[in-house]
Amino acid sequence: MINNLILMDGYGIYVWSAFVFTFFSFTSLYFITKKQYLRENKKFIAKFGNLNSERAAIAKNQNINKEILSNISNI
Amino acid sequence: MFKYFEPNKIFSITSRAPKYVLFFFVVIVSIGLIEALILSPEDYKQGNSVRIMYVHVPAAWISLGIFSMITFLSIFGYVFKIKNFFLIAKSFAPSGFVFNIIALVTGSIWGKPTWGTWWAWDARITSMLILALFYAMYLIAWRICEKKDQIYKITLLITIIGFVNVPITKYSVDWWNTLHQPASINLLTKSSIHTSMLFPLIIMTAAFALFSLLIFLMKYNTELIKIKNKGLDRI
Repeated sequence: MINNLILMDGYGIYVWSAFVFTFFSFTSLYFITKKQYLRENKKFIAKFGNLNSERAAIAKNQNINKEILSNISNI
Repeated sequence: MFKYFEPNKIFSITSRAPKYVLFFFVVIVSIGLIEALILSPEDYKQGNSVRIMYVHVPAAWISLGIFSMITFLSIFGYVFKIKNFFLIAKSFAPSGFVFNIIALVTGSIWGKPTWGTWWAWDARITSMLILALFYAMYLIAWRICEKKDQIYKITLLITIIGFVNVPITKYSVDWWNTLHQPASINLLTKSSIHTSMLFPLIIMTAAFALFSLLIFLMKYNTELIKIKNKGLDRI
């Protein structure tokens, strides 16, 4: 049965290469997107940390900033 | 109604959703792979090579669907002056492009045992290649254009011109004599595909749609944080 699944009557090379290419593309896209997300998050934290107390208070009043800070490394 | 599309409101949902979408994607794609590679039957003519259909067809459907969605979002965004629609469209584009490439490559792999060639300048294949070029132009435009007002017009133009190609791709098999067979699945009339093959195809399509949603959510969150980073510079 395993042999049948791998060889698929001679079509295995085509079928498996199509599936491997598809899931390799998925994995690459996922990790590239995740890397971009984490990089922007890191920048956000660094910029937020550099704000003085008055500016940080203004930034904290913005809902979306609170959301970003509470969801760091959420993915 | 459009106030619900404001980034502040959307971010609270989109930032939490990816982990759940990833979980559902893994579950559904696992079921789909078992169905596609083990449980579904061979085709009486094409044998086991028909299994390539389970990645090729959903990828082609979703790439066409995403391009149509990007076009409508760009048009609505421009007409109603909602910049967030452009941001949503931009966030969908990378997964649409990757699905387009997957459709082309897996189609080429399927072509070798079926037609005896890796590539043919057939109407369906050529129109899919043209769609990939429009996706590439759209993504490059966002990368290289720095003026915001210009980028909205440029990407709108690219999507509208590119959208002309979508019905051509869909109906190319009916309008011209091509190597591709006519559509086996029709929403209005009876489909010619057997349910034992239709079922895994639907599951794989659902899995691929979930994957594009996952990438969209991650990309959209990244774009929102980028905007907030620029906002912090101005405080």
